[in-house]
Amino acid sequence: MRVAVAMSGGVDSSVVALLLRDAGHEVVGLSMKLYDAGVARSASEIADEACDATKAKGCCTPEDMNDARRVAAEIGIPHYVLDYSDAFEAAVIRPFVAEYARGRTPSPCVLCNDRLKFRALLMRARALGCAAIATGHYARVDAAGGRFRLLRARDRAKDQAYYLFGLGQNELRETLFPLGEMEKGEVRERARAAGLPVSDKPDSQEACFLEGQSIAAFLSRHGVSSVRGEIVDERGETRGRHEGAARFTVGQRHGLAVADRHPLYVLSVDVGSNRVVVGPRESLAARGLVADGARWVSGVAPAVNAEVLAQVRSRHTPVAARVESTGESMTVRFESPVIAVAPGQAVVVSRGDEILGGGWIRDGFADSSGDVAGPLERRRGANP
Amino acid sequence: MRRIYLDANATTPMAAEVVEAMWEWLGGDAFGNPSSLHRAGREARKAIDDAREQVAALVGAEPSEIVFTSGGTEANNLAVMGAVRAAGLRRIVTSAVEHPSLLEAARGMERESVSATLVGVDRDGVVDREAFRAAIPDGAAFVSLMRVNNETGNLMPVRDCVWELRGRGVVTHTDATQAVGRIGVDVKDLGVDFMSMSAHKLHGPKGVGALYVRRGARLSPILVGGAQERERRAGTENVAGIVGFGKAAALAHKGLKPRAMKIAALRDRFERELFQRVEGVRLNGHRLARAPGTLNVSFDKADGEAILIGLDLERVAASSGAACASGVAKPSHVLLAMGRTAAEARSSVRFSFHDGNTDEEVDRLIEIVPAIVARVRCEEGPGT
Repeated sequence: MRVAVAMSGGVDSSVVALLLRDAGHEVVGLSMKLYDAGVARSASEIADEACDATKAKGCCTPEDMNDARRVAAEIGIPHYVLDYSDAFEAAVIRPFVAEYARGRTPSPCVLCNDRLKFRALLMRARALGCAAIATGHYARVDAAGGRFRLLRARDRAKDQAYYLFGLGQNELRETLFPLGEMEKGEVRERARAAGLPVSDKPDSQEACFLEGQSIAAFLSRHGVSSVRGEIVDERGETRGRHEGAARFTVGQRHGLAVADRHPLYVLSVDVGSNRVVVGPRESLAARGLVADGARWVSGVAPAVNAEVLAQVRSRHTPVAARVESTGESMTVRFESPVIAVAPGQAVVVSRGDEILGGGWIRDGFADSSGDVAGPLERRRGANP
Repeated sequence: MRRIYLDANATTPMAAEVVEAMWEWLGGDAFGNPSSLHRAGREARKAIDDAREQVAALVGAEPSEIVFTSGGTEANNLAVMGAVRAAGLRRIVTSAVEHPSLLEAARGMERESVSATLVGVDRDGVVDREAFRAAIPDGAAFVSLMRVNNETGNLMPVRDCVWELRGRGVVTHTDATQAVGRIGVDVKDLGVDFMSMSAHKLHGPKGVGALYVRRGARLSPILVGGAQERERRAGTENVAGIVGFGKAAALAHKGLKPRAMKIAALRDRFERELFQRVEGVRLNGHRLARAPGTLNVSFDKADGEAILIGLDLERVAASSGAACASGVAKPSHVLLAMGRTAAEARSSVRFSFHDGNTDEEVDRLIEIVPAIVARVRCEEGPGT
C-alpha cells in the first residue's frame, strides 16, 4: 500500500521509511517546513549560539530537510518538502508565546502533533492516495476488535505516547508507529547497517523552533515584555528580583537569584502582578488538578472516579490517580501528592500501557477537596 | 509505468543528436582551449564558430552578434547590467511578469541610481501596449519585454512595443528564452537590440545560453578578465555545451512549424478534455495569444502542490509555475500580477508540452488528472 512517512531528517523517521520500504510498501517521504530558520535573529546572535556547546538540535531546519532528502534518495523513495510555516505559526508558535505571556507553561509538541502532523499532514497524505501515515514516534497502536488503542512504546525510556494523547479513532486508524516495538539502539543499528547518512545524528530536543535560543530570548523576540519584578515567598515577603515573570515555570529551581538554606522552587507565576512566588519543595505538592480540553482516544471518557495513571509532563513517571470528566473538563485526584503541576502542560491519563486521553492543565490543587481557589490564593502570596 | 514529462518550460530532454555532437568534446582528443594558438585550440575555436553560426541562423542574427553565456539567467543579467551601464541609462521599463533573473537584475540596478518601472498585465496576463508605451520616458531608457511568458505561455507584443523606439536612444531587450526553437523568432523582425536565449529549453544542454547583441549596441561585460566573446564575456568557453546548443539550434530550425502545430494539437486536446471533465477549472493565460505548449490552470478548491505530488506519484511531471527552491511554494508573482488571489495562485498547475509527447500520453492524462484533482478536493479543503 501507499504510505506517507513524516520525515524530519532524524534517525527515527529515516528508519521508519527504510522499514516500510523493506516491507514492500510504496513509501512517500513528506517533510514539513515549519518555520523560517534563523530569520528573526541577527548574524551575531546566531554566531553566539553556534559557539554554545549545549546548542539544541532542531528537527525542521534546512539542514534537516536536506538530511531527509538525502535519506529518501539513498533508499529510493520520492520525497517532498511541504511548507506549513503559516499554519505552524498560527497553531503552535502564537499559542506558545501567549501561554507564557499568561504565566503558563505550554506543550508545543503536543499542539504540533494535534494540528500539524496528525491533521494537516494526515489530510495531505490522504489527498495523495496514501492509506496511512507513519511517524518515528515511540508509541504503539493496537487494533484488536475494530477499536484502536494507543499504547506506550516497548522502550519506556524513549516512550513518546504522552505527546500523542490527542489522537482519536480517525487518526489512529490511519497511523503507523513502526518503532513502537523497537529499542532506540536497534533503530540506530538499522540506520547504520543500511548506511543512512543520519545514523549518528543526535536526537532532537523539544521545541524545535527555539533553535537553541533560550525561551527568554525567544519570548522577548516575540513581544513578551520582560519587566523586572519581585520574587516573593509564600508569606508575600520579597526574596529577590526577576527579569520578567512570564519566563518562569512552576517547579523551576534554576535561575532564581534567591539565597536560602533550602532549595527554593517556583510555586506560581502571576503575570498580572508580575510576581513569581517561590517556596520549598513541599509547597509544590498538589493533590490533584483540573484540566480543560479533555480528549479521549476511544471517544468516551472513563467511568467516574476510574482508577488510572496520570502523567503531568513529558518526563514525569505516571502516578496512581482517579479521574472524573464532564464534557471538556476533567478533575484528576492523585493517590499521593505530585510535585510541580504546571498550568498549560498536558495531563495524560493512562491505564497500564494504554493511553486513555488527556487535557490541558488549568491548575493544580493542594487539598483533597478539589477546591482550586483557596490553596492558590495562599500560594500566590496573598496576605493570610 | 511510463513517465509522462509535461514540464518543458522548466527544461527539455536533450535530443540524441545533441548528445552525440557533444560527446566528441567530452573525451578523447577534442579538449582544446579555444583561445590557444595550437591545433587543439583551433579545433575548439572552429567548433564554437560553427555553433555560433547555427544559433545565429535560428534567430536571424549575424554570428558576430551572438555572445555565449552560461544560460538564460546570465543572458538576462548581462543585458540589464551591461546595457544600462554601457549607455549610462537611468531608467528601466519592463513588465511585472518577467523572469526573476530579469526583475532581480533590474531591481539590483537601483543601487546604481537607476529606477525601474514594472508595467502591469491584464487578467489574461497580457501587457497593455498603450500602458507599456506610455511608461517609456522621452529620454534614454532600457526597455525589456519577454517574448513568451514562462508560466502562462502568453505571447507578448514585443514588436508592437519596441518597434517605434528605434533610433530614440532607447535600448530594447527581449527575453526569448521560452520562445526560441518553439515559435519563429527573428531579431530583425522584432527590432530589439538584445535578446536572451537558453539551450536547454530547446532540447540542448543545461549551463549554456546566449545573448544576441545587435551590431553597434553597447554592452559592458559583467564577467571580466579575458578577451573571450569579443571581450563581452570573459572565461574559457563551455565548448561541449556550446556545440550542443548549436546542434539543438540547427535541429530546432528544421521543421519548426509542423512541430509547433503538433505540440499545440496535443495541448489543445488535453485542454479541451480537461475543461470538459473537471469542474472549477480556470485558464491562467490568454486563450489564443499563447505559445503552443503551455497550459496553466487553477483548480478551484484544490491545492496545486498536492496535485503536483499526486501526479508525480503517477509518474507525471508538471509544475506549479516557476520551479521553486527548497520546496517552498510561494504564490507566483505572474499570477498575482494577473489579479489572482494567493489562494488561486496556489491552486495552479502548469502543463508544458514538448515534441516528444504523444496522443497516448494525453489519453492517460485525461484519465488520471481528473481523478487526482477529485481526490485532493475531497480529502483536504481549501486553506490547509
